[in-house]
Amino acid sequence: MTNDKMNITKNEWPLWEVFIRSKAGLDHKHAGSLHAADEQMAIENARDVYTRRMEGVSIWVVESKYIHASDPGESASLYDPANDKIYRHPTFYELPDEVKYM
Amino acid sequence: MPVHSFQEHFDSLIDREITIEPKDWMPDDYRKTLIRQISQHAHSEIVGMLPEGNWITRAPSLRRKAVLLAKVQDEAGHGLYLYSAAETLGITRDEMYNQLHTGKAKYSSIFNYPTLTWADMGAIGWLVDGAAIMNQVPLCRTSYGPYARAMVRVCKEESFHQRQGFEIMLTLAKGTEIQKKMAQDAFNRWWWPSIMMFGPTDAESPNTEQSVRWRIKRFTNDELRQKFVDVTVEQTKVLGLEMPDKDIKWNEERGHYDFGPINWDEFWNVVKGNGPCNKQRLDARKNAWDNGKWVRDAAMAHAAKRKAREGGVKAA
Ligand SMILES: [Fe+2]
Ligand SMILES: [Fe+2]
Repeated sequence: MTNDKMNITKNEWPLWEVFIRSKAGLDHKHAGSLHAADEQMAIENARDVYTRRMEGVSIWVVESKYIHASDPGESASLYDPANDKIYRHPTFYELPDEVKYM
Repeated sequence: MPVHSFQEHFDSLIDREITIEPKDWMPDDYRKTLIRQISQHAHSEIVGMLPEGNWITRAPSLRRKAVLLAKVQDEAGHGLYLYSAAETLGITRDEMYNQLHTGKAKYSSIFNYPTLTWADMGAIGWLVDGAAIMNQVPLCRTSYGPYARAMVRVCKEESFHQRQGFEIMLTLAKGTEIQKKMAQDAFNRWWWPSIMMFGPTDAESPNTEQSVRWRIKRFTNDELRQKFVDVTVEQTKVLGLEMPDKDIKWNEERGHYDFGPINWDEFWNVVKGNGPCNKQRLDARKNAWDNGKWVRDAAMAHAAKRKAREGGVKAA
């Protein structure tokens, strides 16, 4: 069984993450993933799978194994330093009423 | 964190309608149930291409052919969105294919019925995609992030599927006597299997409560089935066709249409593999997979060769 399973997985085309810019001026956004033998096939497959209705003007593909993600279990400590710095927000500062636009 | 607090944290996310993401801790049963549900859904989209694929070369006009082709291509896309959502839970694509090809995983029984005439393309789009939409719209708010996002994409694309089917039915129903008969015949054959698509009655679905609690199901089978019956009866009036179920009757008290008894023996028989096309569908999938092996291998070999060549050039 283990052998079988390894065999199956070994033959699988690699997994790619697909990022799409929906129109000029916007960021690329994660759309999903797909399998392809190489980067060119990944882009062509991404066109067929994720942009059948002109959802994109530009496609990025990244092999999934190169994505590194933060650990949700550590989000408390990871984001903690940002928590107590409310002076980073404009609402922290009180302005006299006379100042109309700032 | 001790195990019980992982569970408590998970429960509180579910209760607050916060989405669960792939790297979050989740109970084993939640993961297993989702893998089963999402992969079966993916299989249904893929196998679901076969009955309609049967009519692409015989569509009555270029317009109908282009539309049907686009619709079937969408279903392939739906299968791919869903397979990749399932993969985020730790199952590989090949394992899922293997489960489909060995009969271990099921797909929607509706696709084990044959498509006998062009009117079946109308009935499938109208009824089968219609029933699927009813099932799928609530899943856009399901608790597992990758699944919910896949469903948002799927639902955006589905409404054209139902409309093109309804348009085919309407054209036939307003056509010649023979065309109208053809539409009615397709309606008669697809009606009961369509309302079976919502699955067994609530009394026969012991897992519904847990799935509703986990927000991977948002309405019960019977609730969705009733909703589908209610809207379809009204649409049938527009088509000018007859409901295949003679027991359909408005129930003032319930505010819903009553309908006749469903033949659950037939349903279970098809689920068990004895429907009219089970073998044909599975064989088609297996053949596609087996005969495509050399293409998959060749693509990998080509990619490896190119990489080696480019590596060589850079080193030189
Ligand atoms: Fe679909
Ligand atoms: Fe569809």
